[in-house]
Amino acid sequence: MTIPVQPTQGSAQLPRPARWFLLAPLAVWLVAFVVAPALILLVYSFSERDELGRVVFTFTLENYARAFDPVYLSVFGRSLGYAAATTAICAVLAYPVAWCMAQARPPWRDRLLLLVMIPFWTSFLIRTYAWITILKSEGLLNGLLLYTHTIAAPLELLYTPGAVVLGLVYAYLPFMILPIYGSAEKLDPALIEAAHDLGCGPWQSFARVVLPLTRPGLAAGVMMVFVPAIGMFAISDLMGGARVPLIGNVIQDQFVGQARDKPFGAALAVIFMLIFVTVYWLWQRRAEARVA
Amino acid sequence: MLAFLWGPIVVLAVYSFNTSRLNILWEGFTLRWYGEVWDNAPLMEAARTSLIVATITTVLSVLLGTAGAWLLHRYRFRGAGALRTLVGVPVMMPEIVMGVSLLVLFAAVAVPLGFATVVIAHVTFCFPFVLLAVQARLAGLDPALEEAALDLGATPLRAFWLVIVPCLRPAITAGALLAFTLSMDEVIVTYFTASPEAATLPLRIFGLAKVGLSPMLNALSVLFIVATVAVVLITERLQKSSRSLSSRP
Repeated sequence: MTIPVQPTQGSAQLPRPARWFLLAPLAVWLVAFVVAPALILLVYSFSERDELGRVVFTFTLENYARAFDPVYLSVFGRSLGYAAATTAICAVLAYPVAWCMAQARPPWRDRLLLLVMIPFWTSFLIRTYAWITILKSEGLLNGLLLYTHTIAAPLELLYTPGAVVLGLVYAYLPFMILPIYGSAEKLDPALIEAAHDLGCGPWQSFARVVLPLTRPGLAAGVMMVFVPAIGMFAISDLMGGARVPLIGNVIQDQFVGQARDKPFGAALAVIFMLIFVTVYWLWQRRAEARVA
Repeated sequence: MLAFLWGPIVVLAVYSFNTSRLNILWEGFTLRWYGEVWDNAPLMEAARTSLIVATITTVLSVLLGTAGAWLLHRYRFRGAGALRTLVGVPVMMPEIVMGVSLLVLFAAVAVPLGFATVVIAHVTFCFPFVLLAVQARLAGLDPALEEAALDLGATPLRAFWLVIVPCLRPAITAGALLAFTLSMDEVIVTYFTASPEAATLPLRIFGLAKVGLSPMLNALSVLFIVATVAVVLITERLQKSSRSLSSRP
């Protein structure tokens, strides 16, 4: 198959070998390492495994049927619930911060942005570990409380649902702050003044002017927090122990853990991918509707 | 709010200098844990692996990303739209799905996991960032530059190399640094595509953090944070200079 490469109007054409030199690596890489793996995953999800754990290609819907077993439905439900809670908390925390940053004077604005971003440029693993050192039963917080005799015995803070959500919020907060900041920065302050002049109170001008105008940023933030939070397994692994498995933990267990059922893991991954595509599609459609 | 963001990191850093093995009470200042990081052979080996992986990933991502951006920017061809969409997929795709899909690919073609599979995985999620950075810069570039070079008798290839690439240098550098940091930090995709021998530093940290607290891990984290922040600040600086360059009339 040949793909004819035409130059944009009014510009010279590269010699043919050069064109291929540019096109081939990109196309080959994307097909080999993005398209092909996705297709293989799809095929696996309809396969079976034999007694040795090898994948045997048959056509079965059993993996998908198993995914709708109440056990796994509750894992899916919990993952979605945690992700939703994380997204909501992130939105509430990020909005005022992003707004204040956008209101700051330019030199301060850049400095604040850097101050907010630096913690998040460090590996989320290290940030999660930082919370472990604080929350662990022999950690800092319990130590402080014991030392001041506020409590008699260490509290169980780590390995709780709350700890997992805290870890997720701490990991994904910047993905909420940045897009909200992006749309808050573009907001014309004259619009708020106009709302005041027309008799809106602060609350009313926020609800009627500021919120609708920053909604695209908020929507982008929701998208960027919600989807990765569903599948994150490292944080629930570290801060939840085995007690609160999320969908990511179950998938991981099928591929590299003890369960070793790749077809089932593939089916779960495909379902997760479908959830992702649906959320993404809904989000894009709403974004387009707003533009139109 | 800043306290919430910085608090845990400051605590982590402070206790990396504490003589006590348990993190609760401050007993005295020591650099012992930093020494232990240095003497820990598996950790240093993992750090070396990470640096090599990140370097190769960066070089490949820059080549693939820059060539791809130029191609998509400059030429119209069948499949360009599909290619553009595909470039966005690794950026948006949940990491775990990417990890397991690469794992099944390597299993299906019977490639044993190791150093090469980690590099392939890293390039796959890094090069789109380079491509997008270069594409943004190309969009702001005056097409007359290339036309002038061609009018002066340069071949398209020479025009690209002598005129376009130098103009793109800030974007390429910023993209390269981004690719390097992403590769150094990544855990999830690496988790599925590495063998124990090819474990990167974040994978080792993940393993250690699972076991429990150790001041050595605090020290290692601090070193990691300092290195990351340094790279980010350099990127920031470069992006600023590239912005002022492009806003010049």
